[in-house]
Amino acid sequence: MLWACILLPHLALDGILRRRASDDPLVLVDGAVNARSIVAVNASARDAGLRVGQRLTAAHALLARFDALPHDPQAADRWQRFLAAVAYRYSSEVSLLPHAIVLEASRSLALFGPWPRFESMLRADFAALDFRHRIALAPTPHAAWVLAGIADGRAVLTPDALRPALQAVPMRKSRLPAASIEALSGMGIRTLGQLLTLPRDGLRRRFGNELPQMIGRLLGEIPAGLDAYRPPDAFDLRIELSHEVENLAALVFPLRRMTGDLAAYLAGRDGGVQRFLLRLEHREGRATEVKVGLLSPERDAGMLFELARGRLEQVQLPEPVLAMRLVARDLPDFVPAGRDLFDERPANALPIEQLRERLRARLGDRAVYRLGGTTDPRPERAQAVADEGAGYEESRLRPTWLLDRPIPLRGPAPRILAGPERLETGWWDGAEACRDYYVIETSLGQHAWAFCQPGEQGGWMLQGWFA
Amino acid sequence: MGAVVALSGMLDARQVWRGRAMPVPAGEQPTGWAALDAALPAGGWPDAALSEILLPVDGVGELRLLLPTLARLSHGARPVIVVAPPYAPCVAGWQQHGVDMRRVDIVAAPEAEVLWATEQCLRSGSCAAVLAWPRKADDRALRRLQVAADTGKALAFAFRDRRHLSSASPAALRLEIETAPSARVWVRKCRGGAVPAQPFALSRSLH
Repeated sequence: MLWACILLPHLALDGILRRRASDDPLVLVDGAVNARSIVAVNASARDAGLRVGQRLTAAHALLARFDALPHDPQAADRWQRFLAAVAYRYSSEVSLLPHAIVLEASRSLALFGPWPRFESMLRADFAALDFRHRIALAPTPHAAWVLAGIADGRAVLTPDALRPALQAVPMRKSRLPAASIEALSGMGIRTLGQLLTLPRDGLRRRFGNELPQMIGRLLGEIPAGLDAYRPPDAFDLRIELSHEVENLAALVFPLRRMTGDLAAYLAGRDGGVQRFLLRLEHREGRATEVKVGLLSPERDAGMLFELARGRLEQVQLPEPVLAMRLVARDLPDFVPAGRDLFDERPANALPIEQLRERLRARLGDRAVYRLGGTTDPRPERAQAVADEGAGYEESRLRPTWLLDRPIPLRGPAPRILAGPERLETGWWDGAEACRDYYVIETSLGQHAWAFCQPGEQGGWMLQGWFA
Repeated sequence: MGAVVALSGMLDARQVWRGRAMPVPAGEQPTGWAALDAALPAGGWPDAALSEILLPVDGVGELRLLLPTLARLSHGARPVIVVAPPYAPCVAGWQQHGVDMRRVDIVAAPEAEVLWATEQCLRSGSCAAVLAWPRKADDRALRRLQVAADTGKALAFAFRDRRHLSSASPAALRLEIETAPSARVWVRKCRGGAVPAQPFALSRSLH
């Protein structure tokens, strides 16, 4: 077994930074109201001299203007679970550790290639989502977690190499119980290497059962006992905007993020999305809902973004938006469209499905359709929007254009080219039709399909054109 | 200046550069009308380009002219798209001319979006032909369609009123349909060749 650990040291801050377009100083603060202290700073705030652990009052003395947001542990948890769903793409065994995600990698290596390549794929995914990370590989999940805390990119591929790799790890980075670390430091034990040489029995008598167990897990002597992560069956992401947004253009940046996250989640789940909902939240619980529906499941980030934006642009905002939420519950299997080897389309062609979605997003859900014949002989009902076309084949002469409903044909008397064709039907559904159809030529040279009352040859009603 | 110089003299002295039309390769888009194919320089519709069809009124055989082509394309790999037609295409009538209606997509678009939708379809590269009835298209709009048709390697057909004949057009082919004294099609412009002097008789037999 090999476990990859992705350590996320700045989870809470990255979760906020990635939805901000600006680079202004920002800190996260925590603690009691009158004693707030900084728990995270972004790059520009650090340049200005703000540090983790500083009191907020001290920070205000250093820098006049910066944003201070409350640290939200729940938001950090949500991001961690979201990233676990993304990592689920690479392994079926994904678990959560504090500030870290571990995944079983030995079987994934067969699919994704040797570790350096697999590692770069992981890094590319997390970098694309804008989460800072450190990655390490070790035969046990806890060892990988410890190594990721020491240095980025460590890889221990065999169990034999694990002990030497852990030798030099200082005790305070060993992720063992804090009380034990303190006591062991007092006894002169400074590194894990020193600890591992001590007899386990003695440690058990002195520190209780927990410490020897942790050491056993670290070395893989006993099972790690981690709960396997299972991705949720629905995607629900909420972004609180840093200020009230009144025009839609300002929603485009967070929207791109959200659809990108949805695509990453779908890739992890190997599924697609057919319908999702954008909820634009206003004050006092009011919300505007934008539904996005697709013809077939999709998961391409660019396409989801474009479609969602197309729908969003048609919305009239009744009041400012405070937060945006994306909910996707209908997540069917995704079947990538196959492409023929001898496809005659140009290389950069947009697939016809995507073209239909693009047209529907701007023109409306019913804007793209096909027509198929029905068995009703009345021209008004002889055809309908059809999914699969085909249907009944009419053998009698029919025009190429049909009018939605017949209109009177004015002008000089037309010349009759063919007819009559008697149509007498529909007595059962209240739309009875009794007509004589003719093909006529108008004075302008148009060939028309028109009808009149049975037996008459006047009072023409135009039904279609032989265009 | 002001002296009248004979053009032939300048040509002989090679003082005038004469641009020559690019030779047009034999096209792979026959119109289905032998006489028209023979008259057109590409031996059919100009491939990956805009063709303009100018009509006096609706219902004078404009679809009849296209239906052999649509029938052929609807059995190919890429579908045919009809953007905002003025009337509903009659399924039975189109099928009688051999068109597979399962491969014909109809796009309902308000007038302001017709050009956008047409351009998207053409540019996508996944349509064999796009039919459109642009009402308010100027020279620039048509040029966009022409470029989009070239990008997406599709046939573009724009149906317009005959009064636009006098204004210049970037279309590779312009056909005018005439009803009197008989149904005839005049080639008014064709890229890569001389405009045929004679019209082509459009047969409007009912079957």
